[in-house]
Amino acid sequence: MSQSSVYEVEVVDNVPFGRTPGLFFALRLQKPEKWGDWSPGQFVMLRPCDWELDMTWGRPFSITRVSSREVVLFIQAVGRGTERIARLKRGDRVRMWGPLGNSFAVEAKCPTLLLAGGMGIVPFVGYAEKHPRPAELTMLFGHRMPEDCYPVETLSDRIELEAYLESSPDDLEWFLKHVKSRIAAYAARDGLVLACGPQPFLKKVQTYSLECGARTQLSLETRMACGVGACLGCVCTTTDKWPVASKAGQPVQTCLQGPVFWADQIVLEG
Amino acid sequence: MSMEQQHVPLSVTLPLRQGLKSLMLKNPILTASGTFGYGLEFAPYVDLTALGGIVVKGLSLKPRKGNALPRVAETPCGMLNSVGLQNDGVEAFLKDKLHRLPWQTTPVIANLYATAADDFAELADILSREEGVAALEVNISCPNVSEGGILFGQDPMLASHVVSAVKRRSGKKPVIVKLSPNVTNIMQIAMAVEDAGADMISCINTLTGMAVDIRRRTPLLANVLGGLSGPAIKPVALRCVWQVCRSVNIPVIGVGGICSAQDVLEFILVGAHAVEIGTANFHRPDATMCILRDLESLCNELGIKDLEKYRGSLRIM
Repeated sequence: MSQSSVYEVEVVDNVPFGRTPGLFFALRLQKPEKWGDWSPGQFVMLRPCDWELDMTWGRPFSITRVSSREVVLFIQAVGRGTERIARLKRGDRVRMWGPLGNSFAVEAKCPTLLLAGGMGIVPFVGYAEKHPRPAELTMLFGHRMPEDCYPVETLSDRIELEAYLESSPDDLEWFLKHVKSRIAAYAARDGLVLACGPQPFLKKVQTYSLECGARTQLSLETRMACGVGACLGCVCTTTDKWPVASKAGQPVQTCLQGPVFWADQIVLEG
Repeated sequence: MSMEQQHVPLSVTLPLRQGLKSLMLKNPILTASGTFGYGLEFAPYVDLTALGGIVVKGLSLKPRKGNALPRVAETPCGMLNSVGLQNDGVEAFLKDKLHRLPWQTTPVIANLYATAADDFAELADILSREEGVAALEVNISCPNVSEGGILFGQDPMLASHVVSAVKRRSGKKPVIVKLSPNVTNIMQIAMAVEDAGADMISCINTLTGMAVDIRRRTPLLANVLGGLSGPAIKPVALRCVWQVCRSVNIPVIGVGGICSAQDVLEFILVGAHAVEIGTANFHRPDATMCILRDLESLCNELGIKDLEKYRGSLRIM
């Protein structure tokens, strides 16, 4: 018998962020009755009920937070699918399956550095809320759009957050230098480093982490058709550090084995 | 007054020749290779024992890493893929997956992929010894490396050669041949594989397609070309199934963009014994269960009491 299912729920609200309508928004959904436990880093697949046949795939979204009554997804409109999701309003119905994938490591007594690039901030909202000792958490947040586009407020109330607006290549270079020195500092005290953001950013974080031996996890963002391991559109290649020897150097599905990976266990392109 | 739903028997018998036992399915809903993983991925969403059959993802003799990313692209009413037959290889499937599937209650059909007739035959030999494998589905939409890469399924002689090679080594397992729509005359290929001993035909595989990004000036797939699937190809699939059903005497399984119970009946109406659900599994992972549930009520609504009588009953004006 099947244990999890595809939930059909209503949109409770669609809350815009920032000044450009329909670009950044928090989609508040009814929490399905049978929704199980979840951990920050996991994601759901979302497909509005009115998509019919035109739009073939659902879209994967990292879970921002889950309250007693709602599942909240923070979304940036970047293409055909997310632009249509941006137009959802209260009462519209969506299908959702999840929570899917694995989650970030939580080490209660360990100083933990959160590295977020742009929308990479999303899973850390729930991470900071669920962490047993948020005082151990520090976030470096690099972003290109104004700060009010992102769910920063709830985070800055809870953890130490340094936000850096990148408006030029020099800003980015400075930010990355800063990221590098902080990773080294955390490695020196055996801290934990967690990163989420665009692939070029993750590639840098991976390189710095391998250089100084930091214990780093990366949450990947990738194109997915199914979210359940069937389409093989989201694979990444493992390194010889992969824990299952027969899968070392082989492609694994990001939706099943990830989206969170230890930095030394996967090959990142770019 | 409430209308009581009549129970419509959905079971299907696939008659086989040459002394093979007929293949019995609980219902005409199978899964399409490459869209349903090894079946186990869908266990949280689908009651695997309720399916008519499970066609697992293409198996090759050795593990294959597949093509570079991006491998999938969404297109209107469909998608392109160039996964490149990434799979764990036949041995890993038999060792790690098959015994976890409910093969005693639901026929598990292995899909075979190779680039040489001998390799197809070897795969057939390995799989024919497995109690848990109900039938073999041969993917002939793959390049024949010794013939300069022409697809087996695009040439009646090559197709026939592969089917004969598989049939010689497949023992008592029925052999289904999955046809490519990327041909001038699909009936000719269908007749060739029937003559070579195919027990059933499934059609269609994906249509070769392409998508590009006009800003980056790049193809959307790393492999440039990919296979188009989904409801966009359903009319082509329906045409092929209709043509093939009229030209051969072996059972035909319809595949291509089937998303609803109505789609299922369309394929049965033009002559298909059963269908495979593919890209619809990406609309929602429980798509097969929804289609199955709707199929019985749609049969009731249309007064269809026997799928076998409905099959092929298309009236041409």
